[in-house]
This record gives sequence, C-alpha cells and structure tokens, in this order.
Amino acid sequence: MLYIHCPYCEEHRSEEEFHYKGQAHIARPDDPDNCTDVEWADFIYRRDNPRGEHKEQWYHTVGCRKFFNAIRDTQSYEIKTTYKVGEQPDMAAGIVTGQQGSNAS
Amino acid sequence: MSDRQERDQTRVWMQQLPSGDVRVESPLYHADLPSMMAINDDAGADTAGGVALAELPLQAHLVIRGRAEAPGFQESLTQALGLQVPTRLSSVSDGSQTLRWIGPDEWLLTAPASQAFDIETKLRAALPGHVAVVDVSGGNTILLLSGLHARSVLKKSTSYDVSDRNFPLGKVVTTTMGKSQAVIRRVDELGWELIIRRSFADYLWLWLQDASAEYGLSVHE
Amino acid sequence: MSQTNLRISGGRIRRDRPIAFTFNGHRYAGYEGDTLASALLANGVDVVGRSFKYSRPRGVMGMGAEESNAIVQLGATDATEVPNVRATQQALYDGLVARSTNGWPNVNFDLMGLVGALAHRLMPPGFYYKTFMRPAFLWQSYETLIRKAAGMGSSPVAPDVDRYDHMNHSVDVVIVGAGPAGLAAALAAGKTGATVILVDEQEEVGGQLLHRQAKIDGMLGADWVEQALSILLSLPNVTVMARTTATGYHDHNFITLHERVSDHLADQAPEQSVRQRMHRVRAQSVLLATGAIERPLVLANNDVPGCMLASAVSAYIKRYAVMPGKDLVLMTAQDDGYRAAIDWHDAGHKVVAIIDARVTAGDDCTQAARSRGIAIFPQSGVIEVIGTTRVKAVKVAALSPNGEQVVGNPQTLICDTLAMSGGWSPAIHLSCHTGAKPEWREDIAAFVPGLTVQKQWLAGSVKGDFRLADCLSAGSEAGTATAAFCGFTSADAVAHQWQVDDWDDGPAMAYFHVPHTKATSRAPKQFVDFQTDVTAAGIEMATREGYESIEHVKRYTAMGFGTDQGKTGNINGMAITARALGKTIPETGTTIFRPNYTPVTFGAVVGRHSGQLFDPERYTALHRWHLAREAVFEDVGLWKRPRYFPLAGETMDEAVARECLATRNGVGILDASTLGKIDIQGNDAREFLGRVYTNAWAKLAVGKCRYGLMCGEDGMVFDDGVTACLADNHFAMTTTTGGAARVLEWLEHYHQTEWPDMEVYFTSVTDHWATITLSGPQSRALLAEVSDGIDLSGDAFKYLDWRQGSVAGVPARVFRISFTGELSFEINVQAHYAMHVWEAIFALGDRFGLTPYGTESMHVLRAEKGFIITGQDTDGSVTPFDLGMGWCVSDAKPFSYIGKRGMARQDCIRTDRKQLVGLLTVDPNQVLQEGAQAVDDPEQTIPMTQLGHVTSSYFSHCLQRSIAMGFIRNGHARMGDIVYYPNLDGTATAAEICSPVFLDPEGARQHV
Repeated sequence: MLYIHCPYCEEHRSEEEFHYKGQAHIARPDDPDNCTDVEWADFIYRRDNPRGEHKEQWYHTVGCRKFFNAIRDTQSYEIKTTYKVGEQPDMAAGIVTGQQGSNAS
Repeated sequence: MSDRQERDQTRVWMQQLPSGDVRVESPLYHADLPSMMAINDDAGADTAGGVALAELPLQAHLVIRGRAEAPGFQESLTQALGLQVPTRLSSVSDGSQTLRWIGPDEWLLTAPASQAFDIETKLRAALPGHVAVVDVSGGNTILLLSGLHARSVLKKSTSYDVSDRNFPLGKVVTTTMGKSQAVIRRVDELGWELIIRRSFADYLWLWLQDASAEYGLSVHE
Repeated sequence: MSQTNLRISGGRIRRDRPIAFTFNGHRYAGYEGDTLASALLANGVDVVGRSFKYSRPRGVMGMGAEESNAIVQLGATDATEVPNVRATQQALYDGLVARSTNGWPNVNFDLMGLVGALAHRLMPPGFYYKTFMRPAFLWQSYETLIRKAAGMGSSPVAPDVDRYDHMNHSVDVVIVGAGPAGLAAALAAGKTGATVILVDEQEEVGGQLLHRQAKIDGMLGADWVEQALSILLSLPNVTVMARTTATGYHDHNFITLHERVSDHLADQAPEQSVRQRMHRVRAQSVLLATGAIERPLVLANNDVPGCMLASAVSAYIKRYAVMPGKDLVLMTAQDDGYRAAIDWHDAGHKVVAIIDARVTAGDDCTQAARSRGIAIFPQSGVIEVIGTTRVKAVKVAALSPNGEQVVGNPQTLICDTLAMSGGWSPAIHLSCHTGAKPEWREDIAAFVPGLTVQKQWLAGSVKGDFRLADCLSAGSEAGTATAAFCGFTSADAVAHQWQVDDWDDGPAMAYFHVPHTKATSRAPKQFVDFQTDVTAAGIEMATREGYESIEHVKRYTAMGFGTDQGKTGNINGMAITARALGKTIPETGTTIFRPNYTPVTFGAVVGRHSGQLFDPERYTALHRWHLAREAVFEDVGLWKRPRYFPLAGETMDEAVARECLATRNGVGILDASTLGKIDIQGNDAREFLGRVYTNAWAKLAVGKCRYGLMCGEDGMVFDDGVTACLADNHFAMTTTTGGAARVLEWLEHYHQTEWPDMEVYFTSVTDHWATITLSGPQSRALLAEVSDGIDLSGDAFKYLDWRQGSVAGVPARVFRISFTGELSFEINVQAHYAMHVWEAIFALGDRFGLTPYGTESMHVLRAEKGFIITGQDTDGSVTPFDLGMGWCVSDAKPFSYIGKRGMARQDCIRTDRKQLVGLLTVDPNQVLQEGAQAVDDPEQTIPMTQLGHVTSSYFSHCLQRSIAMGFIRNGHARMGDIVYYPNLDGTATAAEICSPVFLDPEGARQHV
C-alpha cells in the first residue's frame, strides 16, 4: 500500500484515502470542435505507459478533496515528489516515499 | 445588494428547523442509546479502563468555502464567528462553536443546533467575494470516543497515525474509518470526536461497538 | 503415557502444567510450552503425515516455519477447522485436536501409498500435466480425486466462531526476528526513544539462543534473552510481540504482522478476545533480522521419519526436553552441525557417528566431538537411509574430495535418527517481497538479500553473518542506524560489546547432494522438496527434457509450490539444476519468494470486515419505518432501499402490481432520499452546469428545475438528474443514487484541473436532505392537507417548478418533478425531521389510499413512461441520440461542453448504431428476459446476427401487458418491425419495435 504525500495536507497518507486518476497533464483541447477524430482520440484514450518515471494525477478523496500530481516510478513504485495542480514539480522537496535505499548496514 | 439578488437569496437558504413541536431523530435515534446508558448504570460499569462512546446529536453543521488568501476573507470570518480561522489540519473552538480545517478552501463549523440559520445568515452577509455556505446539519452526527482504549479502537479503524506525537490536541483529520470515513478531532488526552455521515452512522456505530468489545464499552450522554 | 520415556530433564516446558491433546483420534499428553511437534515427538509419534505425491510416511523434520512434512489439519469442529498448520509452529493447548493433512483413508494405511510404492516409476515430474490434462473436460473430476488422495487439507464448512481483527500502526522501526541480532538491534534502537516494534514468529523470543550452548557475557543464551527482554519491556517506546509473523513486506515500508493472539489459549482465552490479529504497520525503517534456515542434504530416502535438521534436533533436546530418538548419526557439511551431536551426547544418548562430507572440520567442533569419544568419518557421506516408517540404519561411504562420487564400499550404521546439516540459507523471503533480487555469495554458498528500494536494514544470519558475536554486533549497529535514520540518537553512543564464548566455526562446504552408488535416476528417491515430493532425479529429468530456466524447472517439477514455498528445498534444487545444466548457481538463478511468508488464515485477512460489517449498509432517515413495514430491501450501491412492501402473503409481483396501480390511480409515496444531491454555489455555477450537462442552462429561471444528461468526453451518457435553480448563482443538483460520489468527483476534477478560475463550489448534501416523493393524481390533494405556505394550484406551481414552504410543520423545499409520469411532488426536509414528516403524511393518507412503493414499482412506473435509468438502459457505449434523447442536447451553447465533440465522432454519427426503442411482445403476456438479444431471423444458423439487447422489461399491470425497452440496430427507423428473441428451448419470442413511451405520450397526467 502506497504512502502518498498530499501537497495540500502536507502529510503522507495511506493509499486508501486516494483515488488514482491516470496520467497527469492531459489538457483538454482549447477548441474541441475543430479537433480531428484522431486528435480527440489522443485526448480521451491514448496514454503513455512508461517503464520508469510517470507523471500522474491523484485525488485526495477521503481527505481534503484536492487533486494533485505525483511523479512515480512504475517499476519501483517510488514516488519522487508530489505537487499541486498548476505547479511545477520540485524534485528536491524531500517528500519521497520508497526512497532508493539500502541494505544500509 | 440589488432587488433581484435579495429576492434570490431569500430563497437560497432558509430556516430549516421547525418552530412547532416536532419529533426530531438523530442518525442513531433507532439505536436507543439511552437504554444502553441504563445498562451501564445497572451494571455499575467501570468505564475507566475501557471505551466510552456518546453521540452529540443534532448540532448545527455548516460547510464554509472560500479562498483563505482572498483579501478580507479570514478577517470577516473571524469577525462573524469570533473565532480565528484554523490553519492546516487544525481546529479552533470557543466551547460552543468549533471551526475545523477540512481543505485549503473548506472549513466545517459546528455550533448548537438552533443557531444554524442565524450563523448562515450572518456569514452570508459578512463574507466577501467568492464564498459558499452550506447547511449540512441533517447529514452529520458527532460521536465522542474516549477512555483508556479509545486510541486502540481508532487504530483498528483507521490507518492514520493517532499517536500523541502525530495527533496533538485540536488536530483535525479527515480519513478512513472502517470502510467509511470520519472527520477526527482530538479533544483531550483520552478523547476523540468523530464527525460522520448520517447514512453511515449505523454501520460505524456497529463497527465501533464491535471494535470496543474486547476493552469493555459503555455508552454515555 | 509414553511421552515420559522420551522426556529428559531441562528445557523450557512447564512440567507443572500438563496438557491433553488428540492427534489422529488418539489422546496424548504434553506440557504447556510444547509445540504440537515436540509433543508428538515426546509421545513417540513417528509418522505425522503422508507425502503429497508418493504418499510416503513423513515425520517431524524441523522446528519452525521451515517444516515441510508435519503439516496438519487443526480443529475439533466444522467451524474451527484450520488447514495447513505446521505442527512445529502450533503451541500445544489443552484439548487441541489435530489430524494428518495427508493420508487417505488414513495415515497408517494409505491407498495412495500403495499406488506410490508400486507405481512410483509411473509418476515422473510433470506427471499431473502429462496424465490428467487430457481430455481437458475430465480435469475437474481428476482434480477432486487428486486433492483428496494427496491431502491438500480441507476447508472449514461452518462459519468461523472466532473473532479476528486488524490494527494499524505507524512506527519508526520494525525489527523482524528476535534472535540475537534482532534483540541486540531492539536494545540499541529502543534506547534512542524511537518507536520500535520487535516481532518473532515463535512462541517466545530468543531464536537459537534458546537452545544453544554458547555464552554471552558469561550468561547462557536463554538467560541473556531474558535479561534483554526485561530491558525492552521496560521501555514504553518498544513493543515486543512473540507468536507474530511478519508475513508480507509491501511498498513504501508497509509490513503486515500476523499475530496469533490466543491460538495458544484456545478455549481459555478471555471472552471477547480476538483469536488472531493482522497488524498493518507503516514503518519509517525496517530491520530484517530474520535469521537463516538450515538445509537438509539431498540423499537417498532422506524423508524417512527420523531424518531431521540438525538444529531442530538441538532445539527439541534443549528447549522442549525431548529426545527425538536413541541412536544418532549426523551427516554434515559444516561445523555447526556438530552441535546437534554434542547436545545428543550430553543428554546421555548415543551418537553413533558424525559423517562429515569435508576433508577437514574446524578445530573446536572436532575437539568437542573427540573429547566425548564420538567417531568422525571425514570425507564421507550418508548415501542412503534404511527404513520406512522410521530410520533403522544408514549406509555410509567414503566420498571423493568434492563429495560428488562414492569412492569406498558402503557400510551400514544402525541408528534411529539422522541429523542433517547441509548449511544455512538466509531467510531472505521478506526482502524478496520488496522486489529485491537475491545475490549469491560464493564464500558462504548462499543467497543474501539484494538491493531494495525500501528503507530496509539487515543484521545477522539473513546477511550471511552466521557467527553469534557478529549477529550481536551487527544487530546493535543496525538498530542504532535505523533509529538514527528516523532522527533518534542516544547520548550513550558507545555500542555494547558483548563477550561471546562460542566455537569458532570453520568454513562450510558448498554441499547439497550426496551421491549414491547407483546413478541418481536409479538410486532410491533423494528428496529435494519434501512437501511437493520433488526429487533430485526429477530435477535432472526436467533438465533432460529441456527445461533450462529455473522458473520453468520450478513449475514443471512443482518445486517450491507447497505451502512452505520451498524453504528447505529451493537452494538444493537450484544447485542440482545448476549441476545438471553445467552452470553455476548464480548463472542458473533463483526463484523469488512472494507474500505471505507462512500461510495466513482467511479470518486474519478479513479481520472484522465480515458479516454485518462486511460492507457498510447505508440507511435513509426512514429506514426504521421500512423495517417496521417489513419492506423487502434491494442493494443500490451501499444503500438499502425498499424494493417493495408486501402485504401478508403477497408475492413480489402482486405487491408491485398493487403499488403501481395505487400510484396511477390514487397516490403513492417513495423514499427517494438516496438520490445524490450536490449544492452548487458561485457566480460561474450556471456556466459550469452548461459545460457538464448536454443541454442548455443559461436561461433556467430561479424557481425552476431542469432535467439534464451528463456525458463523458467520449459522448457517452453516464449519469442524469434534475437540477433546480435556487438563485442565479446557486443550484441544487440531483444525481442517480449510485452515481452521487462519482458525479461529485467528476465536477471537482473539471473544476480543479481544467477550469480552476471558475467561481464555483460543490458540496454534497445527499445525507442532509431527506426526499419524500408523493406521486399520483391524489398527490396534490394530500399535500395540500399537510403543507403550508405553498400555492399548489396547477397555475401557481407548474411542472418543473420548485417552491419553499413547510410540510407537517417542517420547513421544506418541494420540487414538482416526476419519474412516474404522474402529478408528483418531491418533498425535501432536513433528514432529522424526515420521519416526522413521513408519519404525518401517513396519518392523513388513508383517505387518499396512500400506498408506499419501492424501487421495483418505481422501475415499472418509469418504464411505462419510457424514462431511462442510467446504468441499466445505458452501459457507457450510448450517446443521448442513441437513447432518442436528442431533445436533451444543445448545439447552441458557445462552449464545447463535455460530450459534444465525443458524440460528433464518425462512429457516433453512424445511422446504424444500436438505438433504444420500446418493445411490445406479440403475445402481451410474455415478458422478455432482460439481456436477451434480438435477431431478425430466428431460423438463422448460429451464430445469429444480433441486433441489440433488452435493457428493461416488466409486466405492466397498468397497461395489462408486458413492456420492454432495448437496443435495436438502427431501431429508430424500424418502428413497427417485428424482431425475435431466441429462447433457450429453441423457440423465439416475437416483439414489435415501438416508441418507448407506453403510457400518456402527451404528458397529460403530469401536466395537471
């Protein structure tokens, strides 16, 4: 179960408080009516499926009810950072969960 | 305020409480808590070592929305309620009214039952800009969970960290409770307040009774 | 009782607390502190089960989680059965009842055993695949027989009477394993003030210290454990949990701990206490001090009862005061194995010989054996065990220096017990759960945990540090490090240096498989995985048949597939695979262990989420009334809604007929409180509605309501409802009962991520307002009797208006909207007052024939009017036009609202899409099956050309005939056509395509 830092509550919370909302930064086209069918299909269906870092959207459903973004490694499930809608990710924010660690001793 | 706005707004919110003699039923009315209190009394239950549960029913519950950083918003809210606006994950209480941070633009106010309409009226007049006030009194109830094992019951019910160092007095957290949810506030050393939704009240009441069973449960006013 | 003969002095059992238990129908005696395994050994029970495939007699081999033979079925009743319990991990309690899992019809006379003994040549690896998979249709019956014969344990058939529980924790440090490393770590971390949970799967903490001769600071191991434990228990920040297994290590340092709270107390457990508890722990850091598991050696007939792990022999002698036999032979490839022989000798029994595969052994162990007069056979091996239900003798022979060939003539040594010590395999299982790939270390001939993404530390044998002194110092250092990582340090920074008095163990030999004078394929069975009966010959055969990947060998032979996950067998199996392939072990690779470490009962998985608490049941404010009226309920989402209100003796059909007719002819009353309700405020609220609904909202006046359809960006309908304009900047939206949460999240999603500058707030008021619907020609007259302040006349309060007033003295908002096609009023009051209002209406209702109706009647009434239910008449592939609801789609809105572009896609504007139509069966008494597929030609050969399915179908008592709605390809253009619905019996039901509005198409009934 993931441990996710909500950038609004400024705390880590258990995954069960959140809904996963898919890939982040999929902007609704400004002029839908002049999109081709292919462009519209890109918007509503086609998503990246990277092996590694993935920008994704989460909703703090049972909490502050705010949407936010996360950068998560799809292999290790490490969450590098989370950031508010409209913000740029701060990779140095120090809120990493599942840090590349260690068999430290 | 234009005539039209005035006419509109008189329709928007209303005194929702009846003036006459009307039976009112809290979400746990059917659970007949008074009869369970009588059992405590008969048994002379020692409540100190276990878990005590009470419903604080029929309070006024108002959702207040607004931009915390908007000019004049916090000042107006403070002036209207006589309460500071709580910051992230905290609450402010004067004993009668309690204001809780729910999200960056959302607060939950509780107050004595009869005050909902007056407070809503006052807030609508006072708050500037883009705001919303919603009476949700009928949709919530408050449970008070206390006793030496209250924390254990919470640990059975939510994955949120309820240790002293993470959950000081006055902190407010909306989180999972069983398979439902609650707004949890630490009210004193051994006491916790849970604001729960009406339709889930029966489930959570059963859940908490069951979770408390091994510690001994008593019901209080 | 025979147990006294095998009991010796000492040990940690409570001789003052004797216990009676039953195994396979026989009564035995043991002591508190015994495990079931130690008590069985004390009673001379050699055979505790039969093996999975060959049905060979098996006895206790180990002493803990690694046990792969002594797996039993526990429990005296249908309700308390627990399958697959390791006897070595089950504390003995008074009245315990257990029986062999394997062995049918019984453990001493076994049908499969005969088959296995006579026909074992016929059961090679892959046997089940090769033999039973064809013909495929018989597999199910084969499987039943195989399971019964092989003994896979049986599931309890009655409800579990015990209580189970979950508990969540957030701590700084979780330490798994309370042996020397774990205890030292807990002492170090505990004194810093960090919160620490220390768990151990055994009945008491201490691990091997409980049975080892070594001394720490001059104390025996067990005394040192006691001292450490008393220090830990005095620290309020430290929690020590014995009989608690860390079963899974999950993402982001989430770890599950399975605590057997009262399994050892059984009936004596306090009332209300839980039997098992699953602790769900979020840890800042996890320290694995899980130790290591001893490997048996692969040699001929190494599964005969009496063959045991050397460390288990020591544990039974020193910890449980049980002699597992009289005369011991030890077969070892490392110094550590000698300890079992020394313990055996010192307990006063005969050690026949120590057989050591190595050319030379360490000085300390050699000295210890020589000084006791124990014979040592260097560079030798036990090549075969003789016996069936108990070891009778072993054959010993000299080996080549690398141990791979027999070079001397075998001699026979008489003994009844063979202790085996092939080396130690670090218990890397939890580390594997994190995705870490094990790494082979040549120097210790073992896999150790690989790098992980988790915040994980290691100490002791799990890391390959097998020496006691190293375990203690590494534990101490790791405990300090984990606490420091969490921000806790101790002023007393100097790590404790313990003085350890122990043998200095020399190097072990990487040794797995003892050869026989015959080739492996012809030698007696040399078992690798005892639980799944995988042999060395089987693995070699698998490689001969072309299986080269260890993952394939595993699946072909079933190695590691038992409930023990191959704890004792996997490494031996990989070594034999590697040799057969001519590769090294790291080249061959290893399989990965997955959660759970040991089996977890379903009870512990479920916790208290069972029975009434399985899922929340949501109730409306009127639920008590519905119960009193003996409503039959229906689940709608989590809600319990009355489906119908039967009178005495009524069937559902009769009740629904009565409720529908009463509503059409008089007045019905419905609890509609479950409808989702969302309060929407803000200057941009109206514009927002226009973007999320398909129709126009710009001109909706205050005091008016409007129906709307919500679509996804793909143009497909997903919810609908009525929204009222309370003020120019304030709306009250309703959603479907099941869609409430989804719609609110949908609105928030668009607002927060697409249009954050729009001034609008959404708040759920579903629970706040109770909704009571009065429907029927008499509804106005009834409402007039009970309401105040509302002019109910048709002119003043029109269809799709809402008004504010009071009902039964309670302030109310009344909406004149209708889902039945009748004159209807939806009364909304604060939920705390709903029961009063409902009962007040009923007090006046008799005169009007007021009849409560449920969701089933609601469905019939709305279907008579052709009103859709999203989720029933839609399935995510349906546009508003497909529904014939183009009237609810605006093309005049300036903003390209959600769904507009989607429904303009090429595929959505095809004329031959499936479209929703009404269906009237030619025989009015025939009711179509919901889900049935229409065809044009019922005589067409299968597969027929399908036109679309029935979505809603009822018998309408109002219309005295069946009615249905469904999809038909190009249906809107096919009014009047006949289509057919093939039935299972070969017949087909004919129906005519028509408008879905079966009743009052002009709307005269609701516009009154």
